[in-house]
Amino acid sequence: MATDISTAAPTSELPSAGRRRLPPELSILGVMIGMMLLFEILGWIFVGQSFIMNPLRLKIMILQEAEIGIIAVGVTQAIIMGGIDLSSGSVVGMTAMIAASLAQTEGFTHAIYPNLTGLNPIFPVAAGLICGLMVGFINGWFIAYTKIPPFIATLGMMVSARGVADWYTNGQPIGNLEDSFAAIGAGWWPVIIFLAVAFIFHIALRYTRYGKFTYAIGANPLAARVSGINVERHIVLVYMMAGLLSGLSGIVHTARAISGQAGVGMGFELDAIAAAVIGGTSLSGGVGRLTGTVIGAVILGILTSGFTFLNVDAHYQEIIKGGVIIAAVVADQYRQRRRKGA
Amino acid sequence: MATISPSTAEIVRQSGAVPGAEYLLEVANVRKAFPGVLALDDVSFRLKRGHVHALMGENGAGKSTLMKIIAGVYTPDSGSFKLKGQEIKLTSPLDALRYGIAMIHQELNLMNPMTVAENVWIRREPLNALGFVRHDEMRWRTQALFERLDIPIDPGVEVRDLSVANRQMIEIAKAVSYDSEVLIMDEPTSALTEREVEHLFKIIRTLKAQGKGIVYITHKMNELFEIADEVSVFRDGRFVGEHAAADVTRDDIIRLMLGREITQMFPKETVPIGDVALSVRNLSLAGRFRDISFDLRKGEILGFAGLVGSGRSNVAETLFGVTPATSGTIAIDGREIAIRNPGTAMDAGMAFLTEDRKESGCFLLLDVMANMQIALLRHGHARVGFVKEREIEALCQQQKARLRVRTPDLEEPVLNLSGGNQQKVLIARWLMTKPRILILDEPTRGIDVGAKAEIHKLISELAGQGVAVMMISSEMPEVLGMSDRILVMHEGRMTGIVDRKDANQVKIMELASQ
Repeated sequence: MATDISTAAPTSELPSAGRRRLPPELSILGVMIGMMLLFEILGWIFVGQSFIMNPLRLKIMILQEAEIGIIAVGVTQAIIMGGIDLSSGSVVGMTAMIAASLAQTEGFTHAIYPNLTGLNPIFPVAAGLICGLMVGFINGWFIAYTKIPPFIATLGMMVSARGVADWYTNGQPIGNLEDSFAAIGAGWWPVIIFLAVAFIFHIALRYTRYGKFTYAIGANPLAARVSGINVERHIVLVYMMAGLLSGLSGIVHTARAISGQAGVGMGFELDAIAAAVIGGTSLSGGVGRLTGTVIGAVILGILTSGFTFLNVDAHYQEIIKGGVIIAAVVADQYRQRRRKGA
Repeated sequence: MATISPSTAEIVRQSGAVPGAEYLLEVANVRKAFPGVLALDDVSFRLKRGHVHALMGENGAGKSTLMKIIAGVYTPDSGSFKLKGQEIKLTSPLDALRYGIAMIHQELNLMNPMTVAENVWIRREPLNALGFVRHDEMRWRTQALFERLDIPIDPGVEVRDLSVANRQMIEIAKAVSYDSEVLIMDEPTSALTEREVEHLFKIIRTLKAQGKGIVYITHKMNELFEIADEVSVFRDGRFVGEHAAADVTRDDIIRLMLGREITQMFPKETVPIGDVALSVRNLSLAGRFRDISFDLRKGEILGFAGLVGSGRSNVAETLFGVTPATSGTIAIDGREIAIRNPGTAMDAGMAFLTEDRKESGCFLLLDVMANMQIALLRHGHARVGFVKEREIEALCQQQKARLRVRTPDLEEPVLNLSGGNQQKVLIARWLMTKPRILILDEPTRGIDVGAKAEIHKLISELAGQGVAVMMISSEMPEVLGMSDRILVMHEGRMTGIVDRKDANQVKIMELASQ
């Protein structure tokens, strides 16, 4: 392959040919494993038991990150495209209420919609997903066609969607949900759903036009436009996917909690962004992979459950989590500078 | 290596202990390596007081590295660095500035929302007793500085409202305001019109007369002979020779730069001209240009000449649907079509290489293949959305070989390629769509002589295959050498179309400034 390099005018700037390219996730995977080992050692020292060899703890750890992870799959795509989605946590709350209201048990007299009880779980699920899609459409439309910054558009939606969630039942939780609906959040299902959407969108980003356009718009929207991409339409599409995934996360959460509460999902958007960023997605757009985001979500999970395992106070946990996020971005900046440097 | 402070150096110089050194700057046996690359190998360079010393060489030849060493951006691995006969060691660009070495970057480093005066005196604002900035003093100081250099700019306006040329002048004035004796200019004319270049040269001559030394980096041969006193040529990180500009010819320089001859700079072949491919009538875009009418035939190269800002690029953008026209008609192969966005233009067989590689061309963070394939994805090569990777990779490899893109592989980020190779990647992007009408806006701006010749040859070949080419260029020899006909624009209007056989520099300039 390197043989057709012009022999007529060699330059010294030719980067060293054929050097091995390691997937960028390897370093972050190393961090993940390192953290697990660290907690393992600290575990034996301070608590006298193993961190890793405890299936129940691992399960809880993974389950609590699955909902964040599902959102992170969507927000990673928005970030790759040069945007951001702050509304996802509120959308979780909103879809939680809407889905729960359509999933109440048959004959429950205090149901929100007494005529719509005992429905097939398809209906609450579809309602939640459509609701997420609509929120994404509104986000995307404003960003693409009014050119307001994604940060502002989704910040507004974050406030409004939470308002909808509160307004829906005046803040009252929705209980008495059908078992068939609750089954979606039972056992390993949240994790399976998380990994499935991560896989689907990983393939979409790597191998489809959808993905190539997403990266192109994130790397240079103007050049994307000149290359014939309908940039506005694609922006709307990606935000719709982000909304859809937030909706899905809301459904999974409701099913797992077997109750719909307006306040759920608060702060999820930030954890999701953190997972993406820890996983190597660059906030300036054009760079990022879902494999990194999955690892990023797992790292957040390890931190939370690891500190709980060591009986570290919850406040310290937050302080350290914040530090890890900043460290990840600093490392990313450093990597980028090295790539551009010299 | 003993280093002394700038003030001490000045005292020593004034005391006469050191004879007024003939050379302002002497750099000897400099070596600089980056991981995997030896950027400079035993390079020496000398700059005389009151002289303009041009650095020439292909992209990657080492001239930028040398320049950055002189400006304190890089520290050399070895070698000596003398300023006015005193050995010094620079640690940062700020340090260089204190010693009186100022660099004017190709990418201008001004703060757009601030005023001209604020930009010039940034970090050195005149303050009153309370520490507030004295804006009026800053203003008249700027005024005085501009008068000395004959720059007609109001110090009170915001930089973002100024043209590129005016920003360039401000950068130069700013450098002069530091009482710099060594000024480094990196392709200062790449975005300037002929008239603005004249003004710049006038300023440079003033600076020369004041005894300043100027390091001048350029790709443009004619500038070299107009403004430079000496020229140093670099190739592959090595110094190949220093000559008085008066003693060398254009061909000598090219030979030194390439280590080989370029037999033909503008290999325009005569090809049969076919039917009308693109027919434009009374095309107008409110506020930009009006009543542009021309026919472009298959196999023809239609040059677009005119000053920067005369509306040439706007016409190209409108033809391609980036900014749809406000009135007028566009017909392709005799059929009138409404071009509303780049997609419709591409579907009609058009391709558009934009003027600004970084701004509207490359996806710098993405790899070569992603950059090449993006326009092609519109034309199929996908099944239910899944891109046919192998098929596309083969096409990319083919283009890479054909255009001789110098990259280790298709996975290399385009960021790491030289300007000429980035341009080739963009050309490949459009060639893969097999266009019938190719619009090129400054196809060889800022790229080295070798790549330039290759691109010219390619344009000729494409025309030979029946592609209709519209080529905007601010380089007179390129327009004259490549075009079958030349359309000249001035302030948004077309002032004439000149046939190849009647075209010459004077005639085009007349039309362009009519």
